[in-house]
Amino acid sequence: MDLLLGAVVLGVLLGCFYAAVSVGLSVSFGLLDVPHVAHPAFLVLASYGVYQLNESYDIDPLLAGLAITPLFFVFGLLAYRVYYETFERRGSDAAVRGIAFFFGIAFIIEVLIILQFGVDQRSVSATYIGKSWRFGEFRIPIRQLVAFAVALALTVLLAVYLSKTFMGRAIRAVAQDEEALRLMGANPVRIKQFAFGIATAVLGIAGALLIIVAPVEPTLDRAYIGRTFCVVVMAGLGSISGTLIAAIILGVAESIVLTLFGASWAPAISFAMLLGVLAVRPQGLLGR
Amino acid sequence: MNKRSHSIAFWAAVAVFLVAVLSMTQIVRNEYPFFAGYVILQFIALAVAWSILGGYAGYVNFGTNAFFGVGVYTAVALFKATGAPLVVQIAAAAVVGMTLGFGVGLLTLRMRGIFFSIATIALAIIIETFVMNWRFVGGAAGIQIQRPPVMAPFDSYVKMLFFVQAVLVVIAIAIARYVQNSRIGRGLQALRDDELAAECTGVPTLKLKLIACMISGALISAAGAPAAMYLQYADPSSAFNLSYSVSALAMALIGGTAHWIGPVLGAILLGSTQQLLAVTISSEVNVLVLGIMLVLFVVGAPKGIIGLLRPRYRLRAGGKQ
Repeated sequence: MDLLLGAVVLGVLLGCFYAAVSVGLSVSFGLLDVPHVAHPAFLVLASYGVYQLNESYDIDPLLAGLAITPLFFVFGLLAYRVYYETFERRGSDAAVRGIAFFFGIAFIIEVLIILQFGVDQRSVSATYIGKSWRFGEFRIPIRQLVAFAVALALTVLLAVYLSKTFMGRAIRAVAQDEEALRLMGANPVRIKQFAFGIATAVLGIAGALLIIVAPVEPTLDRAYIGRTFCVVVMAGLGSISGTLIAAIILGVAESIVLTLFGASWAPAISFAMLLGVLAVRPQGLLGR
Repeated sequence: MNKRSHSIAFWAAVAVFLVAVLSMTQIVRNEYPFFAGYVILQFIALAVAWSILGGYAGYVNFGTNAFFGVGVYTAVALFKATGAPLVVQIAAAAVVGMTLGFGVGLLTLRMRGIFFSIATIALAIIIETFVMNWRFVGGAAGIQIQRPPVMAPFDSYVKMLFFVQAVLVVIAIAIARYVQNSRIGRGLQALRDDELAAECTGVPTLKLKLIACMISGALISAAGAPAAMYLQYADPSSAFNLSYSVSALAMALIGGTAHWIGPVLGAILLGSTQQLLAVTISSEVNVLVLGIMLVLFVVGAPKGIIGLLRPRYRLRAGGKQ
């Protein structure tokens, strides 16, 4: 029983971390309808950026994540511009090629990381990594707690940004009715480009969390395709509060399966839940 | 008359190809060309099979590795349990692949675009996880395969596998060609351009998609079945490797999916480039080249190589133009 309770607690912590890595996809795929299969690859790329800064300048991983955020913002702007010019604007069978495009990008990033850093696992060093707090029977690693706190803050901040600020509301408006926005004299493409930039910038911090929680390797993005898409689809496309709930459900489920059946079944959990959601309730928990 | 002469030309070319392959296995002593050639033939079969669902119907299947791995492990399990000959293994793999295609289709073909693609990745991971926990075929550690003695006209097993894969390529192309020219192909093209409009005009879209998914799945699994004998080894993470998915998809899209010759051209071009690169540089660079080519073609030449060569296919394949 204690074992199960411990699993649930760790699962909630893990879930908030999953929310942080998925929230960008919730904007880019959920709100903007971009088939962003390369999202997890961008995430792993950010982790390696953080690793590089931590390794060569000994910067705290969270600060390093913050430092690469502007870079990722620009990267996101560019990526959306290319996607828009080549696919969205031309219409017709753009969807098929858009998916293939991002799939190709994901593989290119994977290989570039392998060529630069090799296939070995990489991790960062910081004062809070490696220690843990004891609560009677079970222990909680402090790295999990740090990731949990930052992830929660990041997700809430983005939710507030999207619902309270002018630009955030504009982004949600463009998701609802692009044509109406155009009639109001606004440029939907520029808003979407900005939103994609934000969604990518968030990955700077999320990437830092990824490498704080556990060591990363170049092909880690494959597992996170399942996790991030599971969270975003289960949440209901574009719902940030749904993202948090769905991520916690996934985190708890993974943690319980890990405790009861062992690690070899863990990778399939997110994918199985994704298929379940798609089959039973495709609009998600809080669908728009 | 024109159609019939096309048909005669096609089957004549097939006969010439098979005779050439067979005599090559009898004449050439060195095993290496067959070792490398097998991989290229395998990619042709995969790309052609992929494009039946991915090209004609426009449903981007990321789950090539699921069907491939299922083919490999059907053959492995059957061989370990009964010692069945290669032909039986391949036939069994095709049947299992077709059944899997039916199941996958029922579960996922109501989804559109990206949801279908993600669902196929999901299935691949789930099946891989099951195989990893399946002790009989070695679990995550994999399993060694002892090849049985080679059969009559061939003097080495690799040469026989080369011939077998060539036959599989011919079967895949013949089926793709048939589908393309039949009502199925026209229906798939209609639903690819506009699924709602196709449905409204009476095209049985779900049925056609199911058929395409079953055929595609059966052919991919069949192409994967000899892989365990080829490597004399099978393990889940290489049998279900996502690189099969990206290769099949990239080769088909780079070649062009409006005609069966597109995936064939794409697979020959990229497959031989890969063989050269893998020998001379490294296998990572290989995937890099594949990825860059895929992105370049998808952005710059959406109809693939055949679109560049023959403007006619641009008309056939492009919805609005």
